[in-house]
Amino acid sequence: MILLENVTKTYGTRLGQRTVLDRVNLRLDRGRNIGILGRNGAGKSTLIRLLSGAEQPTRGRIHRGMSVSWPLAFTGAFQGHLTGLDNLKFVCRVYGVEWKPLLRFVEEFTELGLYLREPVLHYSAGMMMRLAFALSMAIEFDCFLIDEGLSVGDARFGNRCHEELFQKRRDRAFILVSHDPNIIKQYCERAAVMHQGRLYNFETVDEAYAFYESALVPAPSVRFD
Amino acid sequence: MNRGTSSRSSFWRSLQIQRRVIHALLMREVITRFGRENIGVLWLIGEPMVFTLGITALWSAAGMNHGSSLPIVAFAITGYSSVLMWRNSVNRCNAGIQSNFNLLYHRNVRVLDVFVTRILLEMAGATASFLVLVTFFTAIEWMELPADPLLVVSGWLMLAWFGAALAVLVGAASAYSELVDRIWHPTAYLLFPLSGAAYMVDWLPAKAQAVVLLLPMVHGVEMLREGYFGHVVRTHYDAVYMAQVNLVLTLLGLLLVRDAARRAEAR
Repeated sequence: MILLENVTKTYGTRLGQRTVLDRVNLRLDRGRNIGILGRNGAGKSTLIRLLSGAEQPTRGRIHRGMSVSWPLAFTGAFQGHLTGLDNLKFVCRVYGVEWKPLLRFVEEFTELGLYLREPVLHYSAGMMMRLAFALSMAIEFDCFLIDEGLSVGDARFGNRCHEELFQKRRDRAFILVSHDPNIIKQYCERAAVMHQGRLYNFETVDEAYAFYESALVPAPSVRFD
Repeated sequence: MNRGTSSRSSFWRSLQIQRRVIHALLMREVITRFGRENIGVLWLIGEPMVFTLGITALWSAAGMNHGSSLPIVAFAITGYSSVLMWRNSVNRCNAGIQSNFNLLYHRNVRVLDVFVTRILLEMAGATASFLVLVTFFTAIEWMELPADPLLVVSGWLMLAWFGAALAVLVGAASAYSELVDRIWHPTAYLLFPLSGAAYMVDWLPAKAQAVVLLLPMVHGVEMLREGYFGHVVRTHYDAVYMAQVNLVLTLLGLLLVRDAARRAEAR
């Protein structure tokens, strides 16, 4: 179970403390999933950073009773001089997993061929995406964090990602964050809306959707306190 | 958040994870810094080598025996290697949180792991370069082997401890303000001539001695030199004083790094 209790995150700006997440509460049980809808700047990415543990909450508590992935297909932690294979070895070492048994999966899934042994800085955006997704799938987690994403490469690759994540790993929990209600509707059993730093929980996706549409009317204002 | 510290078994588990993470980071850092062509590793040794040769050439040309009968080569090597030992780890940890923030998305990776990795690598580099230089110059008979190897090792370890503690402190402090980064660079340049790399404390007037002996690294260098040259030289150092300063720096660094990690933010 993942539990967020009154999680608040503020950032110092030149105009004072800005509250990006305001007393957020969230509960996700093993094997369940939730979509989080929010406009640009609503605090979705901040929430993902806190969930993944990259940042710590200013106030409140995050309890993780299951293993939580890094943001799916995140390419930021790649080091340009490392090859795709080096990066596989790196995440395997970090998570204490043997890399050799995973090599075939990564080779087949990324279809990088010889490029798997080339520095990542020579990769195209699409190749980078394929490697990042493959690494995300190589390490097994109880809960996956998905930021927007899934707009990965061409349709064929998109289908394969879909199969890996939502079919082969359908027993896993996930938190999907997006500004697109259609994506949330398609994948999630439940949804919440992030609006002006607050998180509004709903039982059904449709309720969340209705609120999201109505909440869209006033533009999000920057709040200082 | 919790690598778990409540019970003994979870403490060992945490230690295991940390060992694994540091190994992963080391492998990553080695490839990043030195590339696959292995030329990069040579520079670990090449840079102090060039410096040592340069100093030796300058001093020899100036015809100075530097106020004593000390062999110039050994003097330059012990001096510059000591500087590398405490300065480079700090340089590498300075602003190290920001530049490695993306690694923190992997929950097992902690800020302290990043620092420890960089410190270990710098120390390995400085030690390797010292050993290679000593071996090389001894082989061509430009210098002799140390009089008291154990004291050399002790001085070296004290400098390593000082460098590591300062590196964690500066690395953590640089997360609070860019000023730390700006101030560290000129400070490092100022400390270089003061650090004892290019003089012996004994050559200074008594008043100046008291002042430079406030600097902890001076004690380490003096220790190293006594170990190297034996009682040919008169040295001034207080290992207990240096250990006390190191201990305080270590505690401050560890406290600060814990708080700095909590404040780490994506750019």
